[in-house]
Amino acid sequence: MAEKKTKAISELTWRDMRFGNVFTEPGSAVRYKTGDWRSQRPVVDREKCNKCGLCWLYCPDGAITPLDDGYYEPDLYFCKGCGICPQVCPKKAITMIEEEEK
Amino acid sequence: MSKRIALEGSFAVSEAARMADVDVIAAYPITPQTHIIERLADYVANGELKASYIPVESEHSAMSACYGASAAGARTFTATASQGFFLMHEVLHWVSAMRQPVIMAVCNRAVAPPANIWGDYSDAMTARDTGWIQLFAANNQEVFDFVLSSFRIGEDPRVLLPVMVHLDGFSLSHVIEPVILPEQEEVNRFLPPYQHPYAIDPDNPMSYSMVMGPDIYSEIKKAQDVTLRESKEIILQAWKEFGDIFGRYYSPIESYKTEGAKTLLMSTGCLSETAKVAIDRKRDKGEDVGLIILHLWRPFPFEELYQAIKDAETLVVFDRCISLGGPGGPIISEVKSALFDKRKDIKFAGLIGGLCGRNLSVEQFEDALDKGREIAEKGSEEVFETIGIRE
Repeated sequence: MAEKKTKAISELTWRDMRFGNVFTEPGSAVRYKTGDWRSQRPVVDREKCNKCGLCWLYCPDGAITPLDDGYYEPDLYFCKGCGICPQVCPKKAITMIEEEEK
Repeated sequence: MSKRIALEGSFAVSEAARMADVDVIAAYPITPQTHIIERLADYVANGELKASYIPVESEHSAMSACYGASAAGARTFTATASQGFFLMHEVLHWVSAMRQPVIMAVCNRAVAPPANIWGDYSDAMTARDTGWIQLFAANNQEVFDFVLSSFRIGEDPRVLLPVMVHLDGFSLSHVIEPVILPEQEEVNRFLPPYQHPYAIDPDNPMSYSMVMGPDIYSEIKKAQDVTLRESKEIILQAWKEFGDIFGRYYSPIESYKTEGAKTLLMSTGCLSETAKVAIDRKRDKGEDVGLIILHLWRPFPFEELYQAIKDAETLVVFDRCISLGGPGGPIISEVKSALFDKRKDIKFAGLIGGLCGRNLSVEQFEDALDKGREIAEKGSEEVFETIGIRE
């Protein structure tokens, strides 16, 4: 088990894992960036967005983040590029673009 | 005072689980295991055992429910056999890797097809690498004693691993033998209350069995392997204390009339009792033979095996399971491998028999031992000799 320490996974030895795959620090997965294999990313057009929040509700990974100004932006460290948010956006304010595109 | 009563192997299991005061039983009936959970259901229904009994819809669900119950900190028990055992196979790995000391009795039964219900170790041997501690009982007293000691072993905070106790389908599960049942007070002295250090607790949330990748899997598996290997010392300690309280001492490998024996027969489970009589007869004839009985299959008892065969020249290993296309039965394969470095001089012969409940007589064991010695001496074109096979 990984005790409450801030070691990166690459620093943990087998002795750190003696009590199985149990993590006593809930929510620590936020430190594990998981979006790096995305091939497309959502881009929000603020001109069209009406701040309804459906993209935030439907995102299966909690990657859409509500901002202080009421708009929503994807956290690209966690977004997998699944394409659900443009589908549910009633204002067609979200577009998926290829990662290669700037 | 303890009492000596007539008990079939299945009910010996049920009594051990009842006296261990299990909290949760999740099980699905399958021959030849059904008597175990039927009797436990009776105990829960009539109030003799205060436990949650979960009648699930399959063995996969049975082991999954046991996993959850154990993770919540419950003392958990189930039983199965053969096809049901295969259905729960996936979950066996989850339970051991997540360090949940679920205790399970397996009434060993051959694998279909052909459809069958009779005993051999084809089911047990498929679970070799599931990370469970595995014990084989040779009679109904051992069945009771091993199930009871399993709770103590598995729940030890240094172990926290699941334990399966194998008993031969029908030959033990449905055969009535005298069994000494201890007093509840003695059981309580042997078996402390169960406390999992990382039981699910809503006030102290934790994450269980997260997704892990190539960068940590090897470390997790090595930790699991080391823990299972090191559990042998705790098994020895638990059995020592078991003996001090109940008067019956067990060891990973039981030696029977091995003094001065140049040829040793190695056996597992209830047919070891038949083999004992064969050894008696051969000893009476002045032959220098003995018997060793494997009780602890995982973790494998390397040192105990080496000590047990130290003075022998020939080892005849009896497997009650066929390893199709393999280097012999599962046990002889491991025994050869375990002794390879230390005893290159020892001669081996592999016997397979008793498949799917086929009876083996004392005379057949005597003949098989002779044949085994002959094979060990002269060699054989066959990988193993099947006792009583029609050619």
